[in-house]
Amino acid sequence: MTEFLLETEGLSKSFGALAAVNGVSLGFRRGETHAIIGPNGAGKTTFLNLLSGEIRPSLGRVRFKGQDITAATPDRVSRLGIGRSYQKTNIFPSFTCLENCWIAAQSRLPSSLRFVWPAERLSDVRARAMRGLELAGLAARRDDVAARISYGEQRQLEIAMMLAAEPELLLLDEPLAGMGPEESQRVVGLLKRLAQDHTLVLIEHDMDAVFEVAEVLTVMVNGEVLESGTVSTVRASRAVQEAYLGEDQTA
Amino acid sequence: MTRTPRAVLLFLVAALIALAVFPQFAERFYIQLVTKIMIVAIFAMSLDLLVGYTGLVSFGHAAFFGIGGYALAIVARDLDLTSIWTTLPIAIAASGVAALVIGWLSIRTSGVYFIMITLAFAQMLFFVVHDNLALGGSDGMYLNTKPTVSVAGIDLVNLRNRTEFYYFSLLCLTASYLFCRMILRSPFGRVIAAIRINEPRTRALGYPTQRYKLASFVVAGMLAGLAGYLACAQFGFVNPALLSWRESGQALVIVILGGMGTLYGPVIGSFVLILLEDYLSSLTEHWLLVIGFFVIGVVLFLPDGIASLMTRFRRRPADEDGGGETTVVASGAAGDD
Repeated sequence: MTEFLLETEGLSKSFGALAAVNGVSLGFRRGETHAIIGPNGAGKTTFLNLLSGEIRPSLGRVRFKGQDITAATPDRVSRLGIGRSYQKTNIFPSFTCLENCWIAAQSRLPSSLRFVWPAERLSDVRARAMRGLELAGLAARRDDVAARISYGEQRQLEIAMMLAAEPELLLLDEPLAGMGPEESQRVVGLLKRLAQDHTLVLIEHDMDAVFEVAEVLTVMVNGEVLESGTVSTVRASRAVQEAYLGEDQTA
Repeated sequence: MTRTPRAVLLFLVAALIALAVFPQFAERFYIQLVTKIMIVAIFAMSLDLLVGYTGLVSFGHAAFFGIGGYALAIVARDLDLTSIWTTLPIAIAASGVAALVIGWLSIRTSGVYFIMITLAFAQMLFFVVHDNLALGGSDGMYLNTKPTVSVAGIDLVNLRNRTEFYYFSLLCLTASYLFCRMILRSPFGRVIAAIRINEPRTRALGYPTQRYKLASFVVAGMLAGLAGYLACAQFGFVNPALLSWRESGQALVIVILGGMGTLYGPVIGSFVLILLEDYLSSLTEHWLLVIGFFVIGVVLFLPDGIASLMTRFRRRPADEDGGGETTVVASGAAGDD
């Protein structure tokens, strides 16, 4: 069996009596783009939160490069090279776009407990921050305050920040949510470019985008994996068609 | 993170010049009063580092102010130390260690719980000092000899002289301001600014935020220790009131009054509040009532503090733009700096 970059084993999370994620065992191969789809409430975001350390699982394990990171805090997960973007825009509204990416880029320093020299002299941090902005198509917005750019641009900034930290593996939670068709196309283009040299785990409702970008598809329903495999196998799966894709496909 | 506006820079230079020439014209009483104000300003500025920049509202900051003062009185009495080169580092270190311990225990709470727990620790310390006869109990302690500032046997400053003490305090205030500015421009400064705005996201970006908050708490505590040291040296006397919640509360009022998250705001706040107190208390015995109305007035009509008067006119066109539009971005409310 191929080596997985990121791997979960019987991952479960219960909130009281509700099993939001139930016994999910998935592997994410290096360089692969893996989309997770499923109806609302299927536990996709909770699953992503378990991977990024934002919540602790009730049961099960998470391994990154063979290392157990089940109990790792979000800051440690990030430093190991797992980047995260959020479904609900999660930025620093009063910072400029560059400052937003700066704080992301600066997180790759061994430590930011440095008090003397001005931050702006860190040219490698600046380069990473600018690269994030450029990749996400926001270079022209660098000095604009994040609260004042459009919603679609804030979504792009979300991705720019993630990229400024130069992660190996990207956890993307509905990167296209709330975007217009033009912006969506741009971001899909970006995702395809990123997929060339990153490992992507993508939650997305836009099925056209998913089929365009993803190689591997997992369908989650009620916190469990209904089906997982290459896009064509999953598309052909009867269970999936009944449970989720059915209406879309016949329409 | 934004640069200091030009109007503010001009004001700061003018204020520094005014403070530098002030003793040439002023009576002894006012030299002493302004010295006291500058010391309070250092204390308030250190609190601004927490409240205005890191987003940690501490209601027990006077603990570190008091520790700085008591540390000087204790080492002078028990160890016969008088040189500033030994006593000042000891005082600052004592405040820093106390901040490390109290901070380590408090930082895991946030919001109103953080306010209450810092208040609780400061009150504990207050009663430890208040009920400890070795520390003079409620009467406090005298400092018999003022610290000496000398290099190779030559006195650089004579702190027994009021005017020289004034200039020494002005130097400390200026140095503290520049020190804070340096920290805020550093990589560390960027992280605490990010923590104040969105701590979960800062953590998700790879920063162990507790550690940064604790570092900020310790730096602020050490700076408060410097202020406490100067307060003890100025009057040659410490008492438990230095650690009381009134001191903590006054510092918070000064920070809010002057304008938090600016550093110079708390300096302005110190001057306004203490001069006003001095003036009003000579007019009426109900001066506290007047001060109360004044503070309420400032909070209502200048929510960004007195310091915002300087940047107000510069900023106004942009504000009107924002207010006039009907489609302001939803999260625009936080865009205040």
